[in-house]
Amino acid sequence: MKRDVFQAIADPTRRAIIALVALQAMTPNALAEHFSTTRQAVSKHLRILAECELVTPEQRGREIYYRLEINKMKKIDEWLEQYRQIWETRYEQLDEVLAVMKKKQEKSEK
Amino acid sequence: MDFIVDKEAQTVEITREFDAERDLVWAAYTQKELLDQWWAPKPLTSDTVAMDFEVGGRRFYAMVMPDGQRRWAVQKYTSITPKSEFKFFNAFSDENENLQLPGSDWTFTFTENGDTTTVRVSIYNESRERMEMIIADGGFRKGTEAQLQNLQDLLAKLTADAETAASHAAE
Repeated sequence: MKRDVFQAIADPTRRAIIALVALQAMTPNALAEHFSTTRQAVSKHLRILAECELVTPEQRGREIYYRLEINKMKKIDEWLEQYRQIWETRYEQLDEVLAVMKKKQEKSEK
Repeated sequence: MDFIVDKEAQTVEITREFDAERDLVWAAYTQKELLDQWWAPKPLTSDTVAMDFEVGGRRFYAMVMPDGQRRWAVQKYTSITPKSEFKFFNAFSDENENLQLPGSDWTFTFTENGDTTTVRVSIYNESRERMEMIIADGGFRKGTEAQLQNLQDLLAKLTADAETAASHAAE
């Protein structure tokens, strides 16, 4: 099953992980120090984020570092912009409907 | 148009001024023949199957995709103050009006300023983790308003942090 990126971000721990790896690439152990959960739990969150391609694992020597995929995050920003755009379009259409209604009203008043 | 995502309050607020007096704007929001002309952003269309604009009544409608696919939703009117404010509870549904919860509470406020009218729409999400298809409300992608709220602040922070980090790395 393809993971849903927004579902991934809905979880507070995963959001915190994103905020941390945004600053620098980190290992699961280093990340786990910031949370009261187990390393296993952090690894599970990382796996979900990786499946969504929000973070990418990088092998460096013996350690695996996770770094943030900035472009993917920017895409989400674009997605938010798109939601705003929906309202813009909807309301431009309403402008047209109102203009027609106004004309009809003026005609009937004459 | 003002478009504000408030993570703490779990709301999205959209404010817009229209060049028409309040009676007309109110009609455009509360009569199905008029609503269907503008509610769905092109290329989608809105098809209202049933609508009784009264407290306890509802609008049952579909967003129709260009390929004919339908996404159904129900808006149950919970409060109406004529020409000034109305509220509905919005939820997606199947073609038999079986609701897919959780939903969201919408408040529409109409303010007349001389020849123009300002409409404020406030959308409150019951659940922050609410999963739904914005597509049904005219979007083109999957997601939830609730999650959008979470994202706004996060993205601003992440982008700033990452750009700072990137510029430091480049130095």
